[in-house]
Amino acid sequence: MSTLTRRRLKDNAWAYLFIAPQMLGLILFIVGPVLFAFGISFMRWDIGTSPVWIGFANYSKQMTDPVFWKVLRNTGLFALLHIPLTVVGSLALALLLNRNLRGKMIFRAVYFTPVVTSAVAVALVWTWLYNPNYGLINSALSSVGIQGPGWLTDMNWALPSIVIMTVWQALGYNMILFLAGLQGVPSHLYEAAKIDGASSWQRLLKITLPMISPTTFFVVIMLLIGSMQVFSEPYMMTRGGPADATNVVVLHIFNTAFQFFRMGEASAISFILFVIILVITLIQFKFSKWVNYDV
Amino acid sequence: MSSSRKFPLSTIPIYVLLVIGAGVMILPFLWMISTSLKGQGSMFDYPPRLIPRPVQWDNYYRAWTTLPVGLAYLNSLKIALLVTAGSLLTSSMAGYAFAKMKFLAKQPLFVVLLMTMMIPGQVTLIPMFMWFSQINWVDTHWPLILPPILSNAFGVFLLRQFMAAIPNELEDAGKIDGLNPWQSYWKIMLPNCKPALAALGIFTFMGNWNNFLTPLIYLNDQNKFTLPLIISSFKGLYTTDWPLLMAASCISLVPVLIVYLFAQRYFIEGITLSGLKG
Repeated sequence: MSTLTRRRLKDNAWAYLFIAPQMLGLILFIVGPVLFAFGISFMRWDIGTSPVWIGFANYSKQMTDPVFWKVLRNTGLFALLHIPLTVVGSLALALLLNRNLRGKMIFRAVYFTPVVTSAVAVALVWTWLYNPNYGLINSALSSVGIQGPGWLTDMNWALPSIVIMTVWQALGYNMILFLAGLQGVPSHLYEAAKIDGASSWQRLLKITLPMISPTTFFVVIMLLIGSMQVFSEPYMMTRGGPADATNVVVLHIFNTAFQFFRMGEASAISFILFVIILVITLIQFKFSKWVNYDV
Repeated sequence: MSSSRKFPLSTIPIYVLLVIGAGVMILPFLWMISTSLKGQGSMFDYPPRLIPRPVQWDNYYRAWTTLPVGLAYLNSLKIALLVTAGSLLTSSMAGYAFAKMKFLAKQPLFVVLLMTMMIPGQVTLIPMFMWFSQINWVDTHWPLILPPILSNAFGVFLLRQFMAAIPNELEDAGKIDGLNPWQSYWKIMLPNCKPALAALGIFTFMGNWNNFLTPLIYLNDQNKFTLPLIISSFKGLYTTDWPLLMAASCISLVPVLIVYLFAQRYFIEGITLSGLKG
């Protein structure tokens, strides 16, 4: 064997040694389980019984299951409320902070605080804030003569209430991303625009927003994927109620698998979720012409 | 920062907005602390008082003793530390190979790795549960430790990007001195990756410390519960005892908030690093 090939063999051996733990994990904990999940999504497999092949029945059942459509609708509605509010709110905060202000670092740290706290503990605190009779929010409202709703117990308010809390928790993280994006906009563009007499509103629309569009794109994609997978908050605050008003896809998967032990059906729903996330992400990339990458 | 700058009048509306915003961010925490120090009676005071009268420290004692909160702390700490250390090691190793080494099937393997980042965790949840219940890992900490150590595609990707940007000359010098690939990874590459490792470490730790769904599925024995799971049990058991519930939340949140207070620079820089290079 020539020294060259021996050397190459040795290099390969080292490289495989380096990637071995992650590749093992990839096979054992991702690729294997995904294939397995795909297999059992075609079976009726209730825990404690033997699996029965039932073809597409788990999938076709969903198409006629009102609960499935309800959780899809709720998840979509959650995303539709959560994403724009978070994007606009965190961009607004970033714009306010993106200047030489005294105490800027303190504000930045304060806005970021909810990000580091656990969703479970925060959900508990907000459940108390939302308490219809003694919660801070309704007490404050009634002091100005407004009778607040039963935030988490009212069919129409429950989902928006959860959205408000999740936006509160997500603002800081995305504000930091936007701040980094804003820092990357070259200042000579603003100076040139000022000389041309552009108002600050025009500078925002014509310079800032196009220049930070890669950040906005990234933020929207990440928020979208996160919204599709929301679980802890509705689990903690409402268990999906009242009357499925806050039941979302992952909570539905959890209940199907670990309350009703229908593993095959839960796997089928998780694959539908996978496909939905994949399709939405691909569509986003397809229609990302508005994103300006030539900075 | 502009410490010597004057206060221009035009910044006043900005400050007003910023202060209102800061109030909204902080108020839930203040309300949590306030309620945690109230007695069952004064909890329903109207209008609600921010400073409780009398201050009831007893809630903290009750929260600490009714459920194994101390154990939950240790469990959460153990899991989060092991996962963080382990996944930093394995993902930096793989990141190094993908950034700096030539090997067979490197591109396809990297593409597969990236593709797995698209798969939502819920898809693998059910088969993993069925598999782990076969090997009697349910109600142990293994399902919460081993999979996140060995499958961290995002970490591999982040560190690969970071390492690829480190000039090869650094390593070449080491190779002349006769370092083998492991030594060159350990002695030259890792010390140069500290910012990326710190960022990834913080997020891995936070993610596992706050993780809720997997512990909820796998753990049954209260003595093995993690902190989020204990908090969730409080809600199930003491639905209306809000001072107790808020004391428990407070116990779980305050240490994190203190760490954050001192290390907030790293938290925030970490996002910029992982968010924009990722």
